[in-house]
Amino acid sequence: MAVAALALEDITVTFVSQDGGRYTALRNTTLRIAPGEFVSVVGPTGCGKSTLLNVAVGLLQPSAGRIRVFDEPLAGLNRKAGYLFQTEALMPWRTALQNVTAGLEFRKTDSSQAARQAENWLQRVGLGGFGERYPHQLSGGMRKRVALAQTLILDPQIILMDEPFSALDIQTRQLMENELLELWSANRKSVVFITHDLEEAISLSDRVVVLSAGPEAHPIGEFDIDLPRPRDVAEIRLAPRFIELHTLIWRAMKNEVLKSYARQQKQ
Amino acid sequence: MPGSRSNRALRFWQVALFLAFLAFWHVATSPTLLPPFYFDNPHKAAFFFGEPLKVLARTWDWFSSGTIYPHLWVTLLETVLAFVIGTMLGLGMGLWLALSPVASALLDPYIKALNSMPRVILAPIFGVWFGLDIASKVALGVTLVFFIVFFNVYQGVREVSYTVLANARILGASERQLLRHVYLPSAMSWVFASLHNSVGLAFVGAVVGEYLGSSRGVGYLILQAEGTFDINSVFAGILVLTAFALLLDWVVSLAERRLLAWQPRGGETEKM
Repeated sequence: MAVAALALEDITVTFVSQDGGRYTALRNTTLRIAPGEFVSVVGPTGCGKSTLLNVAVGLLQPSAGRIRVFDEPLAGLNRKAGYLFQTEALMPWRTALQNVTAGLEFRKTDSSQAARQAENWLQRVGLGGFGERYPHQLSGGMRKRVALAQTLILDPQIILMDEPFSALDIQTRQLMENELLELWSANRKSVVFITHDLEEAISLSDRVVVLSAGPEAHPIGEFDIDLPRPRDVAEIRLAPRFIELHTLIWRAMKNEVLKSYARQQKQ
Repeated sequence: MPGSRSNRALRFWQVALFLAFLAFWHVATSPTLLPPFYFDNPHKAAFFFGEPLKVLARTWDWFSSGTIYPHLWVTLLETVLAFVIGTMLGLGMGLWLALSPVASALLDPYIKALNSMPRVILAPIFGVWFGLDIASKVALGVTLVFFIVFFNVYQGVREVSYTVLANARILGASERQLLRHVYLPSAMSWVFASLHNSVGLAFVGAVVGEYLGSSRGVGYLILQAEGTFDINSVFAGILVLTAFALLLDWVVSLAERRLLAWQPRGGETEKM
């Protein structure tokens, strides 16, 4: 196999709380993402999906295991990765344009050139002319687009997305998913897309990885999605092959979802 | 603009209330309008409570003859210096302690002790240390302003959203850039929230300092007038102080509106 863009090898993450309690979120998890591959990770809520991404981007040190980025061991933050957060991550004191230029500014790019590039990216995510708005003046979907432009302007080789669209209504969500696919196929990067929504995972990805219910979550199944591209996320959901794949993956997931649900009931 | 009629009515009643108060004050203290109902001598009410017309006349006199300007200038200078120095120190210390857990843990009891101490009591000590000129008043104002700003900055830095911070880090911000582009703007919104308070306290520091020992300033004027039982001048001094406190407050509101444009305001709608 060629060099993986991102390889998480035998990752275990154990949190220690202040009163000495231990919680193992992930156990012996291995995940390899090829360059240009779109991989979704699905699993029941609270199974450590976000933990996995935080390890991959270098915000969190794993208790055991190795992370390699294009065959280099990861030390500190992952400079080849961009990260799209589930919750609001824009700087509220900056306008949309200033938010998009932030990464370039941190890299000391010439400011007029950065502004030009940012304008261009705002156009590409459908927000031309909204550059002067502050985040609170934009809708949730628009803020997600700004966040997307903010990440993509730096041209990261790996894009990590943590349920980025889960707070959006269903129509906005499908629009954003289609736009994401369009942006991605124009310039294929490796994507790790975290979601609890199986349909979203199948319609976007090349491969779907199912995590078991936490604690000690680990991958319990991998499914290649052989649906043709380009795809329209709303239409592909009706394709017979989609339904077959959905049935197949759901069968693998179902037990884990029930386990997770039972655990929540007990608490 | 909707509501402008009720707004105008509100203004009318506010002014009417003020005039009614003045009228009551005038009638109750005038030696001739009412027979004395509490004091045995008709001039005693005016002696204790002043007379509004004489207070206004005295104020007018101060401004038209120009005698008030050097005093007002000194008081305002003290206020602005105390405000600027106190804010800078509070901002610096607040950022430092919020970002350095060791220093914060070490200094915590001292900060708490200094904050709970009634600091106005320091005024005579500052008088001894810094002399009776403006430095001692500025020092008093600084001690009052510092803690307000300090606690707000400290809180502001502590409450920076984890996601915003992590996002800026991933976008490539160095520690310095995080300070400049994340911690500072976040803390500034808290500082501005406390600005009205701290300007007011800088003013209090200046006037109280002058009152306790000085040779210039509006506080000094009031002290002099009290020494000669000139109650009208005391009220005139209070009137001038109040007017300038309102003016400072208004300047702060203007600055706030300009610098915090990014914050949502209630009921803001898009103009088509």
